[in-house]
Amino acid sequence: MHRKITVKALTLVFFLFSIASFAIDNSEEEKAHLTEKTKEQREKEVEAYIPHHLLDSHDFSLFSYTSDNGEHVYIGFPLPVILWDNGLNVFMSSKFHHGETIAKSGENYYKLDHGKIYKTDAAGTLTYDADHHATNSKPLDLSITKNVFTVMMVGLLMFFMFSRMAKAYKNNESMPKGMGRLLEPIVIYIRDDIARPNIGEKHYKRYMSYLLTVFFFIWIINLLGLTPLGINVTNNIAITFCLAIITYIITTATAKKDYWKHIFWMPGVPTPMKFILMPIELLGTFIKPFSLMIRLYANITAGHIVLMSILGMIFIAQNWLGGSLSFLLAMVLGILELLVAALQAYIFTMLSALYFGSAVEEHDHH
Amino acid sequence: MTGLNFIGAGLVVIGAGIGIGQIGGKAMEAIARQPEATGKIQTAMLIAAALIEGIGFAALFAV
Repeated sequence: MHRKITVKALTLVFFLFSIASFAIDNSEEEKAHLTEKTKEQREKEVEAYIPHHLLDSHDFSLFSYTSDNGEHVYIGFPLPVILWDNGLNVFMSSKFHHGETIAKSGENYYKLDHGKIYKTDAAGTLTYDADHHATNSKPLDLSITKNVFTVMMVGLLMFFMFSRMAKAYKNNESMPKGMGRLLEPIVIYIRDDIARPNIGEKHYKRYMSYLLTVFFFIWIINLLGLTPLGINVTNNIAITFCLAIITYIITTATAKKDYWKHIFWMPGVPTPMKFILMPIELLGTFIKPFSLMIRLYANITAGHIVLMSILGMIFIAQNWLGGSLSFLLAMVLGILELLVAALQAYIFTMLSALYFGSAVEEHDHH
Repeated sequence: MTGLNFIGAGLVVIGAGIGIGQIGGKAMEAIARQPEATGKIQTAMLIAAALIEGIGFAALFAV
């Protein structure tokens, strides 16, 4: 009973928080109205903000606004910057003051430009090429950025959540409790409807741990991207690249003799055909993880761009009709994105299971 | 020529749309014929749609 109340209270707090952050957005809109920005200026601001939201950043800022005396106020917390530049440089990203000042670490000066760190002189001069990209040298950046921080947090959350669930199952075999009641059907679904039919009764147990981990990781991180925290990790192609590479490594490492035989010397086709099929099949093994990477990345990126554009329409239109229309549209699209978040996690898990299945499949040759 | 890449992207999206539409339509026909196989048909439909969608995202690179 006690726990139920805590869960309800937490849900309430979360909703209040979401509403509060929307309210803050509104007050920002009012201020924009007060300072009488032209429509073109607002359009440019929205246009500049969308790619900014899609990028990784060196600090965890929830929102920012311009105060009455014209100062930029950022609400959030800085993250550590770790640079390798002929020696290790470690400092907090608050030193950059959101790109407004130059950070000095040891003998070197660094400046933030469009989310990337460049080495500069004491005055902080940046040289640009024709495409407005800075040409200064970049140190090797190993920082704990917003995306890295989120991945770590989700990893920790999943570790504690699932180890507690596992303990509860060890002690009490009859009925799942708490989170288990919510997640048990999903775990069973992945086992019985994804792993078993695609991998086969004989081998599926070896792959269950990876399939479950990847499903819950992608799902939780996609859902976090829809909260007002402003995180979006799976629209970073490096993250989806790593996930796809893990699937590729597991497929290749656990592949049986039959898998390689069907790639390099396809049985049952005439010999000249085998030479044509070999490069195609070999290329196919690389295209499979590549499409996994692109699918997840592009789906989440497209979803975020569309949602942000429609929300941006509120600030451009600034009348009751445009505002309410784009709010309604954004709400419907938000619900669709909830579906997409789960669907992409499902598709990734499903296709991974399919590839594992092809790796361990045993063919009976007639 | 400028602007041709947008036409190309549009063509890709039209193609992907026709493909996914075909899959959805055929899956519905199949479910109507054999309602007991709904689960299996849905799974196969989703996989095929996801594969086509992957091609559809090629449009992103054209723009």
